[in-house]
Amino acid sequence: MNPAPPAPGERPTVLRLDGITKRFGALVANDGISLTLREGEVLALLGENGAGKSTLVSILFGHYVADEGQIEVFGQPLPPGNPRAALAAGIGMVHQHFTLADNLSVLDNVLMGTEPLWRWRSRRAEARARLLAVAGRFGLPVVPDALVGSLSVGERQRVEILKALYRGARILILDEPTAVLTPQESEGLFDTLSQMVAQGLSIIFISHKLAEVLRVSHRVVVLRQGRLVAEAPAAGTTPAQLAQWMVGHAVAAPERHPSQRVGEVVCELAGVSTPAGVRDRLDNVSLRLHAGEIVAVAGVSGNGQVALAELLCGVRSASEGDVRLGDQGLPASPAWLVAHGVARIPEDRHAVGVVGDLPVWENAVSERLRTPAFSRGPWVRRDAARGHAQRVIEAFDVRGGGPLAAARSLSGGNMQKLILGRALMAPEAGETMNEEPVAQPGSTGEPVTWVDARLRGNGGVGVSAPNAAVACAPSAPSGGSEPCQQRNRGAPFLIVAHQPTWGLDIGAVAYVQQQLIAARDAGAAVLVISDDLEEVMTLGDRIAVMHHGHLTQALPAEAWTRESMGLAMAGHASGHAA
Amino acid sequence: MRLERRSQASAAALVLAPLGAVAFTLLVSSLLVLWAGAPVGQTYGLLLQGAFGSLFAWSETLTRAIPLILTGLAATVAFRARLFNIGAEGQLYAGALAAVAVGGLHGGEGLALPLWLLFPLMMLAAALAGALLLLGPALMKQRLGVDEVVTTLLLNFIVLLLVSALLDGAMKDPMAMGWPQSVSLVPELELSRLVEGTRVHSGLIGAVLLALLVWALFKYTVLGFDIRAVGANPRAAAFAGVPVTRTVVLVALLSGALAGMAGAIEVAGRASYVTLDMSPGYGYSGIVIAMLAGLNPLGVIAAGVFVAGVLVGADSMSRAIGVPTYLADVIVAVALLSVLVATLLAQYRLRWR
Repeated sequence: MNPAPPAPGERPTVLRLDGITKRFGALVANDGISLTLREGEVLALLGENGAGKSTLVSILFGHYVADEGQIEVFGQPLPPGNPRAALAAGIGMVHQHFTLADNLSVLDNVLMGTEPLWRWRSRRAEARARLLAVAGRFGLPVVPDALVGSLSVGERQRVEILKALYRGARILILDEPTAVLTPQESEGLFDTLSQMVAQGLSIIFISHKLAEVLRVSHRVVVLRQGRLVAEAPAAGTTPAQLAQWMVGHAVAAPERHPSQRVGEVVCELAGVSTPAGVRDRLDNVSLRLHAGEIVAVAGVSGNGQVALAELLCGVRSASEGDVRLGDQGLPASPAWLVAHGVARIPEDRHAVGVVGDLPVWENAVSERLRTPAFSRGPWVRRDAARGHAQRVIEAFDVRGGGPLAAARSLSGGNMQKLILGRALMAPEAGETMNEEPVAQPGSTGEPVTWVDARLRGNGGVGVSAPNAAVACAPSAPSGGSEPCQQRNRGAPFLIVAHQPTWGLDIGAVAYVQQQLIAARDAGAAVLVISDDLEEVMTLGDRIAVMHHGHLTQALPAEAWTRESMGLAMAGHASGHAA
Repeated sequence: MRLERRSQASAAALVLAPLGAVAFTLLVSSLLVLWAGAPVGQTYGLLLQGAFGSLFAWSETLTRAIPLILTGLAATVAFRARLFNIGAEGQLYAGALAAVAVGGLHGGEGLALPLWLLFPLMMLAAALAGALLLLGPALMKQRLGVDEVVTTLLLNFIVLLLVSALLDGAMKDPMAMGWPQSVSLVPELELSRLVEGTRVHSGLIGAVLLALLVWALFKYTVLGFDIRAVGANPRAAAFAGVPVTRTVVLVALLSGALAGMAGAIEVAGRASYVTLDMSPGYGYSGIVIAMLAGLNPLGVIAAGVFVAGVLVGADSMSRAIGVPTYLADVIVAVALLSVLVATLLAQYRLRWR
C-alpha cells in the first residue's frame, strides 16, 4: 500500500503541540517543540535514542508534565499530567513492550480497566459484539476467547491496537511497532494503518528505521537533541536526507564488502540443544564458523538467539550435541574462552556488559584480570591495568569521564566501544610477558602477529611480540586464498557479537560494524546475532535464520532475499532461496 | 511523587547530606528529650562529656567500639557482595564459645601448649566457628536460592539457645556458684590493657588492623574486585569470568570469621568467660555501623566509635539527669535512617508530579 496523500492543509487539525519544553536537571529533553497532526494522517516521529521522542510522547500521554507549552486535542486544551484525560480525549498508545496479561483472553485484556470496579456483573456480550465490530471495521481479525499467551507477537500487537481502538482512540501513538515483527508482519501492520487513516484516524509512528518511515508516513518530523530540526513530506525525501537530519551531518554507512579470504573452521556446533523448559533454547543446531568470515544470524528475538549467544559466551552449556573451538570442546567458562581468543559482545550492555558501579578502568580489564597481565598472585597490577584501560580508551575513542568514572555514566555508544575494546584489544607485549602459552586451536603454525593498522598506530597489539614471525595483514602478498590462520596470542580469532549495535546512534553503529569487518579482514571468525535485518544484510557473508530454536543452514548472503528471510523467520524453513 | 536521578551529584550536596542528617537526628532526639522533661542542651552536653569528655570516657567508648568495629566489618564484607548476613550476633557467640573451648581452663587446666601457639589457635578456632556458621546459609543461597536473611537471622536464635545449653552444661564453670557462665580463659590468653587503670585493651589494635586489611583487600586484590563486582552486578560479573559462587562462599567465610573473632576478642579482652548477655546486640549494631559507614572499611572505624560513644555517653547522661538510656538507641536509629535518606537525596531529587 502506498498511503494516499491527503490534501494537505484541508483536513482539520486534531492535535497541536505548542512550544513543549521539558528539562531534566541540566538536560533539555524537549526544547520548544511545536507540531500539528491532521485527521487521517500518519506522522512519523524520527530521531536517535535520546533525541526526545519518548519524552515528547510521555508528555502527550500525561506521564510527564511539560515545563512549558500547551497541548490541544480536537481544539480543547489537554490537562497536563493526566493519562486518564489523554485517554478520554481520544489518545491511544501502543507501547513497544506489550502491556497484556498472558493468562487472560483477548476479550478480558481489551476490557481490563474499562469497566467500573463495583458493577454487579460484567457486560461481556455487549463488549464482545463491540470488540468484533471494531475489529471488523479496521480489518484486525481476532478470536475474542483465545488466550493472549497462545498468540504470536504480531497477533498480540493487534490486540494491543484493538485495546486502544476499543476505548475510542482517534489518535494512535505507535512506539517502534515493527521492532518485534517479521518483514511480512510489518507489511500487514502497514496495511492496517492505511485502513485506519482511511477511516479518519490519525497516527503518530515512532521509529528509527528510515526506509520504513518513508514507506508508511505522510509527513516526517525529525528530532535531534530535544529540538525539532526538520519537518518534511515523506514523498520526495530520501533516507540519506533523513539520516543527515537525525545526526546533524552526513553519515557514511559501512559498505558491505564481502570476505576476501575464508579460512578453516574455527568453531563448530554439531546437533546442539540446550536444556528444555527454558523459554529461549536451541534445538539441534549445527553451524560452522570459518576464519575471515562473518556469519549473521537473523530472527525475531526470543527464538533462541539468547541461548546461542550465551552458549558461545561460556555462560550456558549444551545438553546435547558438540561445541568445538578448534580441536577442543568448549566449556561453559568465560575465563577459558577469553584465554583462548574468543571475544564476546553481549546483548545487554548495561546488565551484562559492564558493572555500572565500578570505574571504567576496572571494566576495561575485568575479563583478563586473572591473567598475569593484570594480576600477580592475589594482587591486582593496578598500574598495568590502568595503562591498558587508557590505551583501550584512546584506541576505541571511549568518550566520557575517563578511566576513573563509573561505567554507568558512559553513553550507550561509548559503553559499547569500551566493551569492544575490552574484547578485541590484547594486553601489550610487556603486559603479557609472563603469560603462559595459550593453546592455539585451529592453528597449525607458530603464533604470529595479528595486524590491525589502527591498533598498531597506538602501539596496541604487539607487532614486536615475542615469537612474532609472519605478518598476516589483509594486504600481505602471501594472502591470496591462503587461510589466515595465524594470529598473535591474545588477539581474538572468534568474535561473538549479540545485537552489537542495538540502541546506538548512527555514528556508533557505523563504528561498531566497521570494527567487526576489520577484525574479520584480519582473520577472525565473526558471529553476529541480530534482530535488525539491515544489520544482518550489511555484515553477513553468510546468513542463517533462527526460528523456535532451529537454525537454517547458513547460506551465502546473495542466496537470500528480504522475502525469503521473512518466511524463514516465520518458520517456513523451505522459504530460503537455495 | 517520584525520584529522579540527578545528572551530576554536586559537591555541595555530598558535603551537606551528612551534615543535614546529623542536624535532623539532633532535632528528632531533642523532641524526645523535651518529652522526658529534661533540658536539651544539658542532656547533649552530658552525653558528649560521658562519651568523649575525659580519658576515662574515651577509654570506655573505645572499649565498646572494639566489638562494634569487628561486627561492622563483618557486615561490610558481606553486604558489599550482596550477601545479607544478619547472623553476626550468632557468629559472635559461636566464636566466643570456640575461643573458650580452645583456650579455657577445663578442669582447672588449659591445653598444654605454649602461648605463642595457643593464642593464634584460639583466634583461629573462633574465626572458623563464625565462618562455618555462615557457610551453610551462603551455600543454600547460591545452590538452592534460599534467602540468607531468613536463615542467618534464625540461626542467631539457635546459637543463643545452644550457648544457653552449654553454659548450663558442658562448658559450665563449676566455680561460678551456679551462675550460667563458661569456664574462664587461661589467664595468659587475656588481652593486655592499653592504658593502665582502664578497660580498653589491645583488641583495639587488632580491630583497626583488620579494618585496614579489609580496606586493602577491597582496593588492591583480585578477590576485592570480585566481591565488588558480584555485589554490584552478579550477571555482568559472571559474564566477565568472575567465579560468582566461589566469591560468595569466600565472602561468607570472611564475614563469619570477622564476627567470630569479635566474640573471641570480646572474651579475651573483657570478662574472660562467656555469659548469655556478653553481647547487647553487637551483631545487629554491626549492620547499622556498616550502613552508616557506607560499606567503607575505614569508615567503619569512625562509625563504630560514634555508635559506641552514643551508647556510653547515654549511660552516663542517664545516671546524671534521668533521661532513659533508650535515647541512645533512638539517636543511632534516626542517624542511620537520615544518613540513608540524605545519601539518596544527594544522588536523586524528589519531584512532586
